[in-house]
Amino acid sequence: MFRVARLIAAKDLRIEFRSRVVTNQVLPFAMIVMVMFAFALNTQEVVERVAPGLVWLATLFSLLILVQRAFAIETADGATEAMRAAGVDPAGIFLGKALALAAQLAVLEIVLLVLAVVLYSAKLHVGGVVLLVTTLLAATCGLALVGTLYGGLAAGVRGRETLLPLLLLPVVAPVLIGATRATEAALGTSGAVVSDGWPWLGLLGVFVALFSVGGTLAFGPLIEE
Amino acid sequence: MEIVVHLSNAVAVLGQFPVLAGASLTVERGEIVLLQGPNGAGKTSLLRLFAGLLPLARGEGTVLGCDLRTNREAVRKRVGLLGHANGLYSDLTVTENVRFWGSTIGATEAEVEAALMRMGLAQRLKDVQVAKLSAGQKRRTALACLIARRAELWLLDEPHAGLDAAGRDELDATLREATAAGATIIVASHELERAGALASRLVEVVGGQIRDSQASPGGEAQSQAAG
Amino acid sequence: MTDMQLTAGQPANANATAESFSKPTAKTSATGTPFTRILGIATVVSMALLVLFGLFLSPEDVVQGESVRILYIHVGTVWVAYVAFGVTALSSLAFLWKRTTSLTWDRIAGASAEVGVLFMALTLFAGAIWGRLAWGKFWVWDARVTTTAFLFITYIGYLAVRGLGGSHQQRGRRSAVVALLAVLEIPLVHFSVKLWRGLHQDSSVADTTKVKLHDLMLFSLFISLIAFTLLFVWLVMHRQRVLAMQDALEDKGLDYALEQRRSEGGL
Repeated sequence: MFRVARLIAAKDLRIEFRSRVVTNQVLPFAMIVMVMFAFALNTQEVVERVAPGLVWLATLFSLLILVQRAFAIETADGATEAMRAAGVDPAGIFLGKALALAAQLAVLEIVLLVLAVVLYSAKLHVGGVVLLVTTLLAATCGLALVGTLYGGLAAGVRGRETLLPLLLLPVVAPVLIGATRATEAALGTSGAVVSDGWPWLGLLGVFVALFSVGGTLAFGPLIEE
Repeated sequence: MEIVVHLSNAVAVLGQFPVLAGASLTVERGEIVLLQGPNGAGKTSLLRLFAGLLPLARGEGTVLGCDLRTNREAVRKRVGLLGHANGLYSDLTVTENVRFWGSTIGATEAEVEAALMRMGLAQRLKDVQVAKLSAGQKRRTALACLIARRAELWLLDEPHAGLDAAGRDELDATLREATAAGATIIVASHELERAGALASRLVEVVGGQIRDSQASPGGEAQSQAAG
Repeated sequence: MTDMQLTAGQPANANATAESFSKPTAKTSATGTPFTRILGIATVVSMALLVLFGLFLSPEDVVQGESVRILYIHVGTVWVAYVAFGVTALSSLAFLWKRTTSLTWDRIAGASAEVGVLFMALTLFAGAIWGRLAWGKFWVWDARVTTTAFLFITYIGYLAVRGLGGSHQQRGRRSAVVALLAVLEIPLVHFSVKLWRGLHQDSSVADTTKVKLHDLMLFSLFISLIAFTLLFVWLVMHRQRVLAMQDALEDKGLDYALEQRRSEGGL
């Protein structure tokens, strides 16, 4: 299962390297979203306060596109079916694609954080770095896992574009809440302190644990015909 | 002779439509069977059924000893399906594709090389991205993936489509080699003449059922060659 | 093709066993059986009792006045909504446990989800009105309310997945997995919202939700729970049977289509 996962993760990342869809399309999208937030929220003060939330919201919206993309490469030439036909372990497919998705998400989040510093005057400080990094890791894993899971379900099914957001967004709500609070604690926005953030990290950890197991079990039946 | 495929009154549905309405067929190891019939008759569905992709709604079926009702996942690793789509990743090169698909069953680099050579892809086209290939070249790449996976049962849906004369000859030669090495091949094709010469048996598929099954001239040539 | 008339409530056969629960025969033209008839009567009676106690016999609340009466509906519907969630989850589990013969479990899960969504909508609606009357707000961001809203959306998603098409087995397996994933997700949502609201001192709102429960009010609440549960069971049973009939109709359609297909081949 892990061998297959490595194989598939490598394949997905290699495809991204070649086609550069994420760097050329999804990142700009996320950047524009960040700018639009500023337009909508009007005052610099408000924007500074909610910066962590905006970063994670932009991440969520980008997640939707990333997941669509991750499965579009498979359905383009019937590759998912070919993988099923080849008897490739679905759990391996799940973990592999989740891994590749996580890598892309991580890059996206880092860029967004940098943008938050630039556009929203968010302030990074040394004390919160550990919290920040672990939050990024945990949230990224969580999002990648559920994204791959529901993306697999929605891929190649009629009405998929609208089905994916409907299914996915409610599920990622805990990640949004947890990651935002933890990030606020790490950055010190709204008067939060670093120690406030750790319970949220615990929440994220539980999320990742539950969905890594649940997803591995559920992915096979979901893509099966 | 070992029986590779056995179907008895198989019914399979796609949504609410019965693509297979009671098909019965037996195929032995080493045969090259040609499925012919009008569009919509169920040839593709038969192939997908054999590949373990389509669930069996009624009737019975076994492929390579695995029961299609209860155990079709086990069939998949041992079978190679080449459908209308190629199952290739357009951003990867020919070699990368063959290597990927080969490694799903743990093929070595040498086997990947051999597969590429067999399909004439080992020189000029080796490192070309699939997106830049012609339809025929993509087909050959897909076949190379199949070879790399060492399938025991080959299921080919219109394999000659998009190939030029030389390509078709190579394909036929590859198929004969494969059966000589112990594989069994089922081909769905509209190309009656060429496929007829290749196949040992012609099977007609109409209305989701097998209508007729007869030996074909290719079969005689095969048994002559075998001695 | 067939002229089945689906009129709920008319008994068609006297067999009230589990058999008739799931198998409509060719002669059945309705989804009623003596069991559901009795159940229906019990439901109507308990609803009547509820109206009696809820609207008339029970006293008004010291703080909230007459508006507390909405509570009798609200509590009933939220209870049913969560029971429906549980039923869907358990039937999904049962379906996956023994897949080959039990599409009934899949249909129960689906029927329960449909009824559940209805009751969740009612809950949110009644809750909003009560909130407005009781302390001036349509919505409050506490864990229970938010989780119920999430459950609502999740179940709409579940019903969307049920509608994706494919064979009955496919539908069953896919939706069962989605339902079980929802079981994972909902507690997480609940817990995270709870943790989140714990940061804010919302005690002022929380205090006003405390209603001093007079004996008669407690009794009325109890009746509400019973009445709504009976209603739920009645609805789900009938809905499950309707779904069974729809599935049977599709299967018959399949036989017909098979014949057509075969004649195509002239065999």
